Formats: sequence, C-alpha cells, structure tokens
Amino acid sequence: MLNIHYILDPAYRMCRHTIASCFRLASSVFGTHVCLVSAAVEQLKPLFCIILYIINMRPLTDDETKIMFEKLSKYIGENIKLLVDRPDGTYCFRLHKDRVFYISEKILKLATNISRDKLVSAGTCFGKFTKTQKFRLHITALDFLAPYAKFKVWVKPGAEQSFLYGNHILKSGLGRITENTEQYQGVVVYSMADVPLGFGVAAKSTQVCRHVDPMSIVVFHQADIGEYIRCEDTLT
Amino acid sequence: MGRKLDPTNKVKRGPGRKARKQKGAETEVAKFLVDEEREPKRLSSRGRRRALKRAKVSPKPKETVEKHTEKGFTDENSKWLKPAKRKRSLDDTGDDSDTQWEEVEEEESGQEAGDAFDEAEQSDDDDDKEMVDDYGAMDDSEEEEDGSDGEELLPIERAAKKQKKLEEAMEQESDEEREESGSEGEDEDDTVQANIDEMDRFKLPGAEEREKEEAMPIDLQSIHQRIKDNVDVLSDFADKREEGKGRAEYLSLLKKDLCTYYSYNWFLIEKLLDIFPLSELVDFLEANEIQRPVTIRTNTLKTRRRDLAQALINRGVNLDPIGKWSKVGLVIFDSSVPIGATPEYLAGHYMLQGASSFLPVMALSPQEGESVLDMSCAPGGKTTYMAQLMRNTGIIVANDANADRLKSVMGNLHRLGVTNTIICNYDGRQFPKVMGGFDRVLLDAPCSGTGVISKDPAVKTSKDEADIQRSAHLQKELILSAIDSLNADSPSGGYLVYCTCSITVEENEWVVDYALKKRNVKLVPTGLDFGKEGFTRFKERRFHPSLRLSRRFYPHSHNMDGFFVAKLKKFSNTIPVKPVNKTAEADDEPIGTETPAPSNETARKSATKTKAKKQPISKPDTETKKETNESPAKGMWEKPTRVLKKKRKVEGTTQPKTVAVEGNAAKREGVGEKKKGSKFEKKDEQKRKRLMKKNNRMGKNKFRKLQRV
Repeated sequence: MLNIHYILDPAYRMCRHTIASCFRLASSVFGTHVCLVSAAVEQLKPLFCIILYIINMRPLTDDETKIMFEKLSKYIGENIKLLVDRPDGTYCFRLHKDRVFYISEKILKLATNISRDKLVSAGTCFGKFTKTQKFRLHITALDFLAPYAKFKVWVKPGAEQSFLYGNHILKSGLGRITENTEQYQGVVVYSMADVPLGFGVAAKSTQVCRHVDPMSIVVFHQADIGEYIRCEDTLT
Repeated sequence: MGRKLDPTNKVKRGPGRKARKQKGAETEVAKFLVDEEREPKRLSSRGRRRALKRAKVSPKPKETVEKHTEKGFTDENSKWLKPAKRKRSLDDTGDDSDTQWEEVEEEESGQEAGDAFDEAEQSDDDDDKEMVDDYGAMDDSEEEEDGSDGEELLPIERAAKKQKKLEEAMEQESDEEREESGSEGEDEDDTVQANIDEMDRFKLPGAEEREKEEAMPIDLQSIHQRIKDNVDVLSDFADKREEGKGRAEYLSLLKKDLCTYYSYNWFLIEKLLDIFPLSELVDFLEANEIQRPVTIRTNTLKTRRRDLAQALINRGVNLDPIGKWSKVGLVIFDSSVPIGATPEYLAGHYMLQGASSFLPVMALSPQEGESVLDMSCAPGGKTTYMAQLMRNTGIIVANDANADRLKSVMGNLHRLGVTNTIICNYDGRQFPKVMGGFDRVLLDAPCSGTGVISKDPAVKTSKDEADIQRSAHLQKELILSAIDSLNADSPSGGYLVYCTCSITVEENEWVVDYALKKRNVKLVPTGLDFGKEGFTRFKERRFHPSLRLSRRFYPHSHNMDGFFVAKLKKFSNTIPVKPVNKTAEADDEPIGTETPAPSNETARKSATKTKAKKQPISKPDTETKKETNESPAKGMWEKPTRVLKKKRKVEGTTQPKTVAVEGNAAKREGVGEKKKGSKFEKKDEQKRKRLMKKNNRMGKNKFRKLQRV
C-alpha cells in the first residue's frame, strides 16, 4: 500500500493551498484518518509544514481520475475508453511527481525497479496536476489526442508559424473546422497537411465562425508542438 | 575569364541540373573519346607559359600532391580518394564518365586550359544539385544504381571523390608537363629548373634560426609550408633528409609547427601522431577545421523518408540521402529555414543527428519486443533510433547520469512519439543493481571527445593525460556494469555495443580489451561494412586479436565525426574469478591497480545478487565458476602489460584522481594496501579468499568488505 510520511519541518514553508491540496489528496486516500492529523496541523500551521511522501508511482485516486478524464473527454469524448481498453495489452495511468503517465503494464512493472527520485518519466506524460488539483494537459499527450480527436481545426500554412509560436488562431488563418463545433469545445489543431500541431479551445462555434471578421480569434491556444523547443524544461 | 566571354549570353555547359543522363551514354562517349584520353593532352602555348609561371611562383604544392598519392586508404576507393581541399592545379583529363562529359564541353567552348579548374568546380556543383533534385523521384533501386562504386561513403563525399579524381588527373598532367618542360622548356627558362631543385630540398632550421623566428610574429603561411615540406621529407626520409639530422629533430619541429598552426596542445598532437601516419595526421587535423555535414534521421514511427524529403524540399531545403548504408538518413546541404525548428521537426518527423551516431544503433540492431538499456542516452538521438527499429515495442530503459540533460531526452522522446521508454537518472555504474537481464545494452561512454574536435575545438587544448586516464577509468567501470546488466541467456540478444566519440586507443581498444579479460564476453562483427579496423597492437600494447572486429571512423576518411564502435556478445552470465587470481600473478595487475573497481565490482555484484530480487531474470549463480576466455592469448598479453605496469607506477600522480572519481575513500585505501603487499603475499591472500569463496560466497564478501574498511 501507499506509505505516507509526514515530515514536520519548520524550515520548509509551503504556501497554504499546497497544504490544502495535500490534505485533499490524503483524505481521499485515507478518509477520516487524515482529518485528525489535519486538525492537529491546523493548530501548528505557523510552524510546521507537511510533505506528502509517496513511494513509487501510484495509481490515480478516484477524484484525480475523474478530473483527468473530464479534461480528456473535452478533446476525445467517449474515445477515452479506447485508451484504457487496448487490444495490444493493458495500459494504465500513473501519477509520479504530479505528472500523469500513460504506460503499458509491462513497462510499469519494470519501472517499479527504479526509485522515486531517480525516475524521470515512463511511457507518455499526459499532463500534470496543478497545486490547486486541476489537471493540465501537456503537448506530449498530443500523440494520443490526435488520432481520437472529435473536433478538429486545420490552419493555413501561413498561420502555422504563428500558432507554433503560441498565438491564438485567427479567422484569417483558419483553413477548415469540423462541423457542429460548439463554443468552448476542445479541438485538436492540424496543419493542412494533416500534421497535428497542438490543441486548444474553440472560441466560437462553427456557425459563428463563418460570419466573423478575419482578425477575430476562433481558437484559443492551449498547447502546441513549438513547446518542445520553447519550454523543454517544463515538460518533465 | 576571357575577353570574348559575354556573361549575358553565356551558353550553359554540362548536362544541366535536372537532366537525366541516358543510360549507357557514358560508355558511348567513352568510345569516342578513347583516343584523346590515352595520350596526354597538350596544352596551348599560352597555357604552357602560364603553367611555367605558376611553377615559378609556388613550386611546392606539386610535391605535396605527390605525397598524397602514396597515402593509403582502407576503402576500395583508395585509388582516387583524397582530401578535397587542394583544388588548384592545371587541367583535367579525367578518365571517369562524368569528367568526360565536362571534357567534351570544354573542348567545344575552346576554354583555355588554365581556367579549366573553375570549369571543373562548376560542373561538380552541377552534379551535386543534380543528385539532389533527382531525389524526390528516386527510389531504392535507383539509389542502388547511382554510385555503385562508393556507396559506403556519404554523398557529400562523392563530390569530394570526384574532386580527387580530378586532382589525380591534374597531377598526371603536371607530371607530364614537367617532363615536357624538362625537354623543351629548358631553353625557354632554365631558372625554373634550378629553382625547383633548390626548393625540393627542405632544410631544417637551426637553433639560432628558430630563436630568431620566435622573436618575430608568427607567419602561419610559412609554417604551413614548412609542415608540408617536413611531412614530405619524413615520408621519404632516407632520400630527402639533410645530412646529419635525425628523424627526431624533424619530428620535433613538425610537432611544434602543428601545435602552432592548428593550435593544439603538445600532448594531443603526440597522441594523434601515435594513431595516424604522418600524411594522414595532417588530413585529420585539416578535417577537424571544417564542420561535418548536417545530417538528419527520419523518424519511421511517424513518416517515411521520401515523404519527409519532399516536405523539406518544399520548404527550400537542399538535401540528399546519406548513403547506401542507411535507409533513414538525409544530408542537409543548405537550407533557407532553420532545420531544427521546422514544423516537421516539431511534429517529430525527424531528428537532427550526426551520421556517426547512427552507427552504434545499427550495430546494436535491437529487435522488436526486446528489453534494451541505453546507458548514457542524452540527448536521446540513439534512443529514439532504437525505438524506431523496435517499432515502439519492447522496453527501452534510457539512463543518463546528468539530470539536466534528461530534459532534452524527455522532449525528444515525446516529440518523436516513443512510448516504450523509461527514463531514469542513475549513475551508469550502479546499473546492474537497479535492473539487469537486458537483451541488449548500448554504452555510449562519456569520453574525452577527441573525435569531435570540429564540434568542440576546446578539446584541442583542454585535454591532457589525466583527462584521458580519468575517462578511460570511468569507461572501464561502465563497460563492466553494462556487461553485468546483460542477460547472456537471452534467446535473441546478449549483445553490448560500446562506442565513444573519441579516437584515442586508451578509451577504446584498451577498454574493450579490458572487458574481454574481465568478463565472459567476446567480440562479434559490428555489421557495419565500412570503417577502419580497430587496433590489435598499439605501440607497446598488444590487444586481443579479435579487436580487429571493432570499427573506427575518422573525419577525414569518412566525413563523419571520429567514432569507435565495438560489439560484444556475452556468452555466460558467470563472472570469471580467474582474473582476480591473475592480479596476484602480476598479469592483470597493472589494470587491477589502475582500476580498483572491477574486483570490488565482482564483490559488490555477487553481494547484491543474493538480495537483488528486483532483477527480472535471475542470473545463474556464481557457483559454477569457470575461466574461459582468458587462456588463448595469455602469453601474448603477459609482456606488454608488465611494461605498462611500470609506466603506470611512474604516472602514479594521476592515481588518486581516478579513484576519487569513484568517490570511495575506503577503496583507495584498499588499493594502497594491495600495492604495498608483495606478490607472494597477495597470492596467498588470494588463495585464502578462493577457499573461502568455495565454502561460502557471502563469507567471502564480508571478508573482503572488512578488509577494505
């Protein structure tokens, strides 16, 4: 099972919401038991902070799974089940240092050999949980989003560069868009040569897109493959 | 160019960039040209005069050209494969089909002989571009056709080759010309003759001359000239030497000149002088001054090479397939866009990777479904190549000791869509403890980088003996732990590929030879059909004869970074214990003292083995110990190593450093003790140990541990 160590360290100060999120996480695992501890820490808060120490990669809690799947379903809808039930072996999601990794069972078994602090990544990184327990998809998940995407946007060759530099997609750069895209629907962005470039959120529905002026934003940028160069350090 | 030449209505010469040659056209033309080709081409009177003038101004280059004919290349192309830098010469009477084309055109245009080399250069360019433009339509069968002779070379080298062919032709021409001028040119201008004679003799500057020179500002031009002359003399020492001057004097001057001209430190020049023959050394140093071609590797997980080439050509990139030996490589000649930031790059369709980095992975040839370890993976080029060869199946463990460099590995693996990888951040030496039983292991060992001087010129001056020793020591530790991580019983594998981007023998052959002695491994052919054989003998050292199966690659002969690749097969999971005994008999001693790790390694290893349940495939226990691969060449090794031992003791100053790398003070003490003890004592000790081992392995370990503390 999971080992949780509470390390009380006066020198180590974490911001308040981190502690809160730690507790939320811990309580979802241990239920009421943690509440007692949390009450104790509540009293000692000015002095002590708490670090959750979890050995090895762990499976996601129910809450986390729910949060992550909600996010994924914005882009690939019910195709999520294709990610979980694969014909070529069992694949699963694992949490490691706030990152969620999508790994085959076989690789996971081997990855358990590696101690927590030495493991950098295993399989594919899908994204990370923020300190406020929100899930943020990374560009590295694109390989699994693109084939299953329900709503797609194609950008013209001229606007490709702009999108890859992290800008939103304007109407003038919009090549094609899937019919019936709702406003604020998650979309995967392709180049006209069908190369996936990133993903974002539709700023306007398909209907509205038709009549809008060329300089208005139609897709909000969320992630693009330019990040492999721009923010290589934050990917891990 | 000539007065009559009007650039506005200049007629295009040559077959044209996009023209496809008719099949068999070359042979047809050859029939026509046969007569003209056989007899030496006569120069026009003006051409002759100009040639004479040239000879008067710089009679030297001729000599160096001559020298280059003698230089050997291991490839079959040795006949005309020569460095590309010296273009200037007289005329071409090429005997290959391409030059024949040009020949015809030249004669038609009535171009003067003296200007012909411009012509040749131009048409050379044309040829290159022709290959490039052809690419899109080119499929494999066509590739096979073109360049059937020099396929193992990079395409960029084909251009160089052509150049060399030209050069040779020119050289013949110049020989003939000299004869000519010998007979008829005497009455014209006999000072030329005298001049040549005089300049042929290279005089070694005396001590006072040198002092004078030192006071003056350095004249690189004259130093360069002097290097050439010096090499020339040394290559034919008996004839060309000055009376009373020894080879050592010439050599020391040469070394000094090389140091100043190419700005190396004395140590490295001496090292290189040991590895290369003189003429080749200059080529090597020259090659280090120019950049290697930019090469990319297609990611077959996401695209095909032809599609990628088309997409890049559309972006204004000028490229070419890398050569017959690779199906995924492309050479970039020039590009209007940054090649490391195109949308194709970001989408993971290719990886920027030096040509030499392909080779170890090709040698490793990982199979689908295997488990593979990449011991030092950053920045992930070789790892991704392995993944694509395995089609994303099986398991790759990508390890690197440097956490910062793992970020780029993470980026590259995800960008290229590799999903079967675990990235971890261990020191490679700890590895068999973490995980073992791999089918294949790639060890791209950290090295001094003497093969990639063109990439990092700092190596020229920053390396010294200690650096080489330090990295050699680390490499020996790494290669042992790499071998220990292998599973010899794997049905498809049990292979280790050891490679470095260094060309020094200490970091390559010596390390492999060491591994051969210490573990149950043997060398197997790398599967690379080009490259030079590894050394089996180097100065006073004699390595295992099978080391000729390893491959060396040099910038000047293969136009890729200097590289060493060796492929080993592990044939037994047991760790031979005999070498430990041998240390006592002073056979293996020098290496033993120099790297205390291995013996500890065995101890540590066996200690961990008992408790290591993590290892997926448990290795057979060490009870059935046998000594196998030592016996054949033992006698051969014996003597040289003893010499080594002495040497090592002299170099004792480096000792603490190398041990310190390991960061284990206790070990150092242990070594010190070992050194102090006499041979016989040690022998006894070993015997005792062996006895203990037979009874109880754990006991032995404890014993040794205690001793070390």
